[in-house]
Amino acid sequence: MSASVAAEDRSAAEDRRAEDRPPPRAQTGWGRYAALAGLTAGAVLFLFPFYYMIIGALQKSPNTDISGAFPQPGNLTFDNFVDINRAINLAGTLLSSVIFTGGVILATLVLGLLAGYALAQLEFRGKQLVFNAMLLLLIIPFMLLMIPLYVMIVRSYGLEDNYLGMILPFAVNPTAVFIFRQFFMQVPQDLFDSARIDGASELQILTKIAVPLAKPAILTAMIVTFIGPWNEFLWPFLITKQADMQPLAVALGSFISNVAGSVANPFGAILAGATVLAVPAVLAFLALQRHFVQSNLGSGVKG
Amino acid sequence: MAKAATAPTTSRRIKLLGKHPIGIPFVAPYVAFLIVVFAYPLGLALYMSFHDYFFAAPGAIVERPFIGVDNYTQVLGDPVFRTALFNVVKFVIINVPLTVALALVLATALNRAIPFRTFFRASYYVPYVTASVAVVGIWLWLFAGDGLVNTILGPLAPDPPWLVNEAWALPIIALLVTWKQLGFYVLLYLAALQNVPNELYEAAKVDGAGAVRSFFAVTVPGVRSATTLVVILATIVGANFFTEPYLLTGGGGPNNASISPVLMMYREGIEQGNAGYAAAIGVILAIGVMTISLLNRYVLERD
Repeated sequence: MSASVAAEDRSAAEDRRAEDRPPPRAQTGWGRYAALAGLTAGAVLFLFPFYYMIIGALQKSPNTDISGAFPQPGNLTFDNFVDINRAINLAGTLLSSVIFTGGVILATLVLGLLAGYALAQLEFRGKQLVFNAMLLLLIIPFMLLMIPLYVMIVRSYGLEDNYLGMILPFAVNPTAVFIFRQFFMQVPQDLFDSARIDGASELQILTKIAVPLAKPAILTAMIVTFIGPWNEFLWPFLITKQADMQPLAVALGSFISNVAGSVANPFGAILAGATVLAVPAVLAFLALQRHFVQSNLGSGVKG
Repeated sequence: MAKAATAPTTSRRIKLLGKHPIGIPFVAPYVAFLIVVFAYPLGLALYMSFHDYFFAAPGAIVERPFIGVDNYTQVLGDPVFRTALFNVVKFVIINVPLTVALALVLATALNRAIPFRTFFRASYYVPYVTASVAVVGIWLWLFAGDGLVNTILGPLAPDPPWLVNEAWALPIIALLVTWKQLGFYVLLYLAALQNVPNELYEAAKVDGAGAVRSFFAVTVPGVRSATTLVVILATIVGANFFTEPYLLTGGGGPNNASISPVLMMYREGIEQGNAGYAAAIGVILAIGVMTISLLNRYVLERD
């Protein structure tokens, strides 16, 4: 769930500096061309499968020859999207994905901003204890929690096929809490203190001053949080039995695991589903990527 | 942090609850989340693993007696568990060195002044933000018996094909995960590279070191703490894989050649209802992962 938390606990301001600084070794010569060639080969390796997914999703009959890697006007169709929609109801499963993801983002923003602000800017009894306990608990691997969470949520609370049960284990993304805490740590305390002297309550300070200031951190936290539940398979798979409750990732996974024979071009249908699942996450990332790269994965891994 | 002078009447309250007691309700919901989703399930996992904990019909009152370490001895004696554990070892042996080497080389290349840096960085990240289920769909097609990979390989294609071949099923999964996660580690290394002082490269150059020599003499030691993190995170991912064997190789097949411990927990705990047994698998695995993480840290960070 949150193995990368330690990697995220770092200063965003420092990141921005590091990003804006010109790359250290701006030399010319063969080294530069070798780097460029290597990076291009890498980019092809990373992007080709996506290109191939979209090509495959549009093929009337699957063509796995080398020529099939190029669009052929005679073999193009949108039927695969119609097929996959008939099999797993794209609108319904997408709605389920949106509710699951939206619920997680909402809970993360509300609870995470409260906690991140308090841990960064407020002095209260038990703060250090809370912070230490949070660091300790977050290294617990998800596999250890999977079975007891299933027992609690499905068996004890009866939240099978329920959005609440789906959202609960993901409700607050711990990485986002770290991002918020880091962000508020570098806001000068005087700013908040002067509001306090003017008589503002802490909740007013949080909503009127801290949150508007934290927009960049909020955007970063949203994209980090988004890809978790949107892409998650295991947990919603465990707790949904009804098809109309399943998020798209789960519905597509079930379709993959018992596919054969139900549609004319199973690969085309799978790839069409994969396209619908992948494109929103990739687009969201690309739209925010400059921002994401800067604040999320900055310079915290110090040498 | 405490610097503003406070009225003496409130000093006792401050001593008891801190300067901003409002911080306590601010973090309370997050603390509650941590208790419900991390701390309590952790205890429950341990409890279940020492009891004959199985699922009964809803509402039925059943005895789940304490059985000591029976679950553990059964798990450790289970040949399927040993296969699953060995698969994790194989996975890590393929995944970790490849991840470290490729991520560091790509990050070093990206760290130069080259055109299209943003494009390259974004393209490496695309697989990371894509759902495993979608990626599995693409790889199913690429590595099918008559898929593109085999078309290109022609007579060199393995028989039986990749995903149903006992020797290849697990390595293909390890490669898929390496490919999918690599972008994240590239960014981690890229951040770490910002902290390697330029002077070291200049000094190496003065001493007559070429690009390769300065890579091994300056870059590799300069990002060592990032390497520790990458190794630990990649190991955790290796111990947790589930979606890939469940969907790509048809449930850990062929003949359990690609079964993973988490897949086994799903089968034993949720399909078969032996939750105590599955909890014991989780505990053993978590202890293993944490031990390896500590060991990595010790080995990679000692001077």
